[in-house]
Amino acid sequence: MRRGSIVLLIVLGLAGCSTPRDQAAVAGDLTPIIRSSFRARGQAGLDRLEQTGMQRLCSSPQADALPADLKQRLQREALESVRYPDDGRWLGDWQRGEQIAQSGVGLQYSDKPEAPHGGNCYACHQLSGSEIAFGTIGPSLYRYRERNEGGVDSMRRTWERIWNAHAFNACSLMPRFGDAGILTPDQIRDLMALLLDPQSPVNR
Amino acid sequence: MTPRSWLARTGAFIVVTLASTVGHRGAEAADDPFSSYRQMLGEDNPAELAVARGEEVWKTPRGPSNASLAGCDLGLGPGVVSGAYASLPRYFADTDSVMDFETRLVHCMVTVQGFARDELTAKPFSERGARQTDLEVLTAYAATQSRGTTIDVPQQVRQERESYARGRALFYRRAGPYDFACATCHSADHRRIRLQELPNLTGAEGARSAFEHWPAYRISQGAVRTMQWRLSDCVRQQRLPELVFGSQASIDLITYLGVLARGGAMDAPSLRR
Repeated sequence: MRRGSIVLLIVLGLAGCSTPRDQAAVAGDLTPIIRSSFRARGQAGLDRLEQTGMQRLCSSPQADALPADLKQRLQREALESVRYPDDGRWLGDWQRGEQIAQSGVGLQYSDKPEAPHGGNCYACHQLSGSEIAFGTIGPSLYRYRERNEGGVDSMRRTWERIWNAHAFNACSLMPRFGDAGILTPDQIRDLMALLLDPQSPVNR
Repeated sequence: MTPRSWLARTGAFIVVTLASTVGHRGAEAADDPFSSYRQMLGEDNPAELAVARGEEVWKTPRGPSNASLAGCDLGLGPGVVSGAYASLPRYFADTDSVMDFETRLVHCMVTVQGFARDELTAKPFSERGARQTDLEVLTAYAATQSRGTTIDVPQQVRQERESYARGRALFYRRAGPYDFACATCHSADHRRIRLQELPNLTGAEGARSAFEHWPAYRISQGAVRTMQWRLSDCVRQQRLPELVFGSQASIDLITYLGVLARGGAMDAPSLRR
């Protein structure tokens, strides 16, 4: 975590005094409880319990009400985390993208570490019109291209959202698929095609 | 009907129910494709098999001390099972700790019956398709003895209030490669993962719908699953390491949920997806 974030955490801690005092007072330091309550299993080591600065800031029950300057800082840091396609190619194969969107495999201790990760997009989003088993935690992405034209600006913005959604929405619920190394740049290209290729079932 | 033939019929029925529900009514109406299945089963919850075995195991002298669990104090006095599940977790002076039902059960099996704690907790949940564990059937039995009882998880003493406060903080704590907290999926009304509706566990209504119905016969697993299992499997999907059975974090999260659910009426074991 960067030094600036530590300072901001202290600021947030003070802001947290507006929450009911008894709750804030008795929760105390969770670290010893976290340490004793989990055991490493499969690919899920105890290091996963350590929080990043963003995770800590976004763990407040009032994360929606973060001060504007904190939100802007989280968004700026998220945008700075994005790595763009090194060959300037935004779109891959929508059919592979559909498979990635359907698959929820990856990073659970019950998953084989060598298995390719999925994006599990349908868990939270509507995408293709023909897939009715979609979740509603995130917005519908059906007919995404109609709303995002497909020019270079929307290509870049879509890439950035998949890489690290906090770039536009501090404390977004969506995993940082690029920044956290959940998906490879090639897989993100395939998801880009699922969203933006005119032939993709998302857009037909 | 034998359990085996019941399962065979059930499996076929699930497929038919899902296919017809999704096919005819579409996604909006298919939030709970198991509801008609539940209605049809009515009182025939296969958890009753576990409950019956649990009652027998509860009342039979067992373990190195050759004692039954009749001497177990679940918080309402030694031997009182009726209504006890609905007021757990609570603080116990004899261990100076807040315990949920399952950790208190282990405590009784160790202190009353002489079982070894490590052996009891090494595999608390049955493998898929395997015989249910003693902990699972005993939990199913005890929950039945609170059916209809108003949930009254206490906040009388400091330790209980601290457990709630930690549970609430843990509920919102984001971590891991997916940045998930419990709150990521469970802090808004009428959200779904795929077709599965998610209870909003930040308020009484959603917390009651969850707390009232666990332990549950989990149709997709063909087994009774407990509240500790429910938390553990959520944590697995959060991409975190394994939540230790009976750990402080697990108890605190159940306290948080149980306190929010106060005023609801226990209706477990239920049938779940």
